[in-house]
Amino acid sequence: MIVEIADLTKVYQDKHQRITAVDGIDLTVEQGEIFGLLGPNGAGKTTTIGICTTRTLPTSGRVSIAGIDVVARPAAARRNIGVVPQFNTLDRSLTIFENLYYHCKYFGFSGVEARERANTLLKQFLLHERGESFPSQLSGGLQQRVQISRAIAHRPAVLFLDEPSAGLDPQSRIAMWDTVRALRQEGITVVLTTHYMEEADELCDRVAIIDHGKLLALDAPQRLKTTLGADTVIELELRQSEDTRLLVGKLNSMPQIKSIEAMPGGLRIFAHGTDGLLPEIVQAALGYGVRDISINEPSLETVFIRLTGRELRE
Amino acid sequence: MNNTLMSPGKNVPYATAFAGLLQRDLRVMRRELGPFIVRVVMQPLLFLFVFTYVFPHIGQAGTVGGANFATVLLPGLMAVAIMFSGIAAVALPLSQEFGVTREIDDRVMCPLPVPAVAIEKICFSAIQSILAALLVLPLAYFIPATPVHAHVANWPMLITTLILASLVAGALGLTIGSNVKPQQIGLVFSIVVIPITFLGCVYYPWAVLSHVRWLQFVVLLNPIVYMSEGLRTALTPGVPHMPSPMIVAALLLSLAVLGGFGIKGFLRRVIS
Repeated sequence: MIVEIADLTKVYQDKHQRITAVDGIDLTVEQGEIFGLLGPNGAGKTTTIGICTTRTLPTSGRVSIAGIDVVARPAAARRNIGVVPQFNTLDRSLTIFENLYYHCKYFGFSGVEARERANTLLKQFLLHERGESFPSQLSGGLQQRVQISRAIAHRPAVLFLDEPSAGLDPQSRIAMWDTVRALRQEGITVVLTTHYMEEADELCDRVAIIDHGKLLALDAPQRLKTTLGADTVIELELRQSEDTRLLVGKLNSMPQIKSIEAMPGGLRIFAHGTDGLLPEIVQAALGYGVRDISINEPSLETVFIRLTGRELRE
Repeated sequence: MNNTLMSPGKNVPYATAFAGLLQRDLRVMRRELGPFIVRVVMQPLLFLFVFTYVFPHIGQAGTVGGANFATVLLPGLMAVAIMFSGIAAVALPLSQEFGVTREIDDRVMCPLPVPAVAIEKICFSAIQSILAALLVLPLAYFIPATPVHAHVANWPMLITTLILASLVAGALGLTIGSNVKPQQIGLVFSIVVIPITFLGCVYYPWAVLSHVRWLQFVVLLNPIVYMSEGLRTALTPGVPHMPSPMIVAALLLSLAVLGGFGIKGFLRRVIS
C-alpha cells in the first residue's frame, strides 16, 4: 500500500474555539488506484490531504507515504508526493516550460534531464505550443493541466489533487478526468478530494465518504451504492407534513419501500425500484397535499443522504 | 550548503535542491535586470547629485567629522542600497506570495527541510544586496563635485561587512515578508524602513552623534548603523568609525535575531 493513514486527528485550537477537523480517520490507499475522499465542504478532506502532504501537522495519529512517515521525515516524504492544491500555485514569474524545468531542478534533476522531462511533459499534456507563455496567459483549464503536469514531473508515487474540478467549466472538468485516468495508466496512484459525487463516481476506484472529520464508509462506488441499501430515493414534499404517522404506516406496508425518514416539509423514502410505485405513493398521500415528488436514482448522493440524513451539497 | 548532507530516499543531496531554488530566483532576476538596476541606482544617484553636486555649487558644501560629505555618504548609501535590496528582493515578493498568489507552495514542497527554503530566500537576497552595493561605487566616482576619498583600506573587513550586512538585510526582508500582510507593506515602510534608514548613520558617522548623546545610544539597536560603520571602516578609514570587532559582533547578532524571527514566521505561514 502506498498511503497509510492511521487514527489521524487534527484539532485546531485557539482562544475562542476548538475545532476538530479530522476525527480518527483510518484508511489505506493501494498502489495504482484512483482514490476519492468525498464529503461536503468542511468535512476535513483538505486537512487530511494537508497532513498527507506535510503541510499540516496532525494532532495525533500517523501517516506514511510509500513507507515514509510524513511527520518524522517530511523532506524525504515529499519526494514521493505530487500535489495540486485547490488554488493556482503556478509560478507567475516563470514561463510554463520554466515552471516544469525548475520544478525538476528542485528535485535534483540535472539541467539536461530537467529540460528533457519538461519537454516530454509539455508534449504529453498537449501544452507544447504554450511552453513560452506565462501562466496568466492561459485559461483556467490549461493552468490546471500545467499544475498536474508539474506535480508529477518528479515522478512521485502518489499524486494528491485537492478539489481538482473546483472552478473548472464542464468541458475542462471532463478533460481533467481524462488526464487523471491517463496517469493511472502510467501507474501513478491518485488521491483526490471532491464534493461532486459524479466526479467520485465517474473517476474513482474506491471512495471514502467523510463528514465532520469522520470516515463514514469506504468502498468501490458501485458497492457503496448497492450494499448500503441505498436504492432509489424518493423525496415527497407535502403541504401537511406535521403528522404523517398514518401515511408512514401505509407506505411501510408497500413491499418495495425499504425505509422512510422525515425531512423538512415531507418524507424521504428509500425504495427498491420505482416500477408502479409512484402512483401508489401519490394515492396514499392524497389527503396530505402532494406539492412535489422527486426521484433520485441510486448514486453516491443517495448513499451520502442515507449515511448522514443530509444532502451532499450545501 | 553542505554537500555531505545527503537526503534519504533517492540519494539527492539537499544542496542540489537548494541550488535549484537559487537558480530559479536568479532566472527571475535576470529577466528583470533593467528594473532591478533602475530601482537600485535611483536613490543613491539622486542623493549624490543633490548633496554632493548641487549643494557645493550653491555654496552649501559642508564637512562632517573632518571629511567632505561625499566621502561620508558613500558607505552610507551602500548600506541603504543593501538594505533596500533585501526588502525588495524578499519582503515584497514573499508578502504577495503568502497573502495573494500562494505560488511559494511549489518551492515549499521541494525535498528540503522548510527552514532551508527560507534560508535560500535570505541567501538570494544577499546576492542582490551585494550587487546593489557594488552598483553604488561607480556613481560615487562620477557625480560628486568634490572628490571622494575612498579606497579599500581593509579587504577582509569589506568582504565580511558586505556579506554579513547583505545577509542581515535578507533576514530583515524575510521577517517583514512573512509577518506582514501585503496591504500593510506600505505602512511598514513608513514606520520601520524609513526611520532605520534615516537613523542608520548613513548621512553622518556614528562618532559625531556624541553631540546628541541619547541618540548615539538609541541607534545602537539599528542594524544599518553597523552596515554603514563597517563599510566606513573598510572604505573610508579617514572618517571616524566604530571598532571592527563591535561591528562584526553586532551584525552577527542582528543576523541571528532577524534570521530566527524570519524563519519562524516563514514556518508559521507554510505549515499549519
